[in-house]
Amino acid sequence: MSIEISQAFADAILEQSRAEYPDECCGVILGPVGSGKALRHKPMLNAAHSPTFYEFDSKDLLALYREADDNDEEIVVIYHSHTETEAYPSRTDIAYAGEPGAHYVLVSTRKEIAPATEFRSFRIVDGVVTEEPVTITG
Amino acid sequence: MSIEVRIPTILRPYTKDQKSVEAAGATLSALITDLDANYAGLGERLLENGALRRFINVYVNDEDVRFLGGLDAQLKDGDSITILPAVAGG
Repeated sequence: MSIEISQAFADAILEQSRAEYPDECCGVILGPVGSGKALRHKPMLNAAHSPTFYEFDSKDLLALYREADDNDEEIVVIYHSHTETEAYPSRTDIAYAGEPGAHYVLVSTRKEIAPATEFRSFRIVDGVVTEEPVTITG
Repeated sequence: MSIEVRIPTILRPYTKDQKSVEAAGATLSALITDLDANYAGLGERLLENGALRRFINVYVNDEDVRFLGGLDAQLKDGDSITILPAVAGG
């Protein structure tokens, strides 16, 4: 398993992470059903407005799934930022991971590594975390 | 009485991979009891200590059931229920 993400989306996600600092930012990348391709970036509101938690707003969540259905799309990537810790799924990330087919992308913009950032992807299925390679495409 | 229930990917192992199933119930609570009778184990994935799980969202038509009385929400023939796991973490 691996995931390809365009440079433009990766840049946009890191930019969103910085803009929403110190809160975590979140969003999805959608793609045609069954394609596994991350083709449409959609930033989402972090309804928790928290530096240690994120949650899609409940109405936004329903609208997102309806929109994906209408477009024959599925959620290929679910991403969020860690603002003070490494880009690795936290215990709550693992406990609440509800999309076994999605690539869970985590980015970190923590100060210790600045100006470098981390951009990593994981599968989270039944509480088991498996890291996978991310290819940033041109 | 027939109500369509849309099942998220993560719960489809309970419904033999069906994306949507039919169920009956005058309230959400009764509907979940009916669902669990036909798809054993599904109820426990929706409820915890008799309450709706915090990180499972249930919608009646377009409305989050938390704004409709939760498990006491009244249902009628032709309603459509959507179950979605919250997208959340830390």
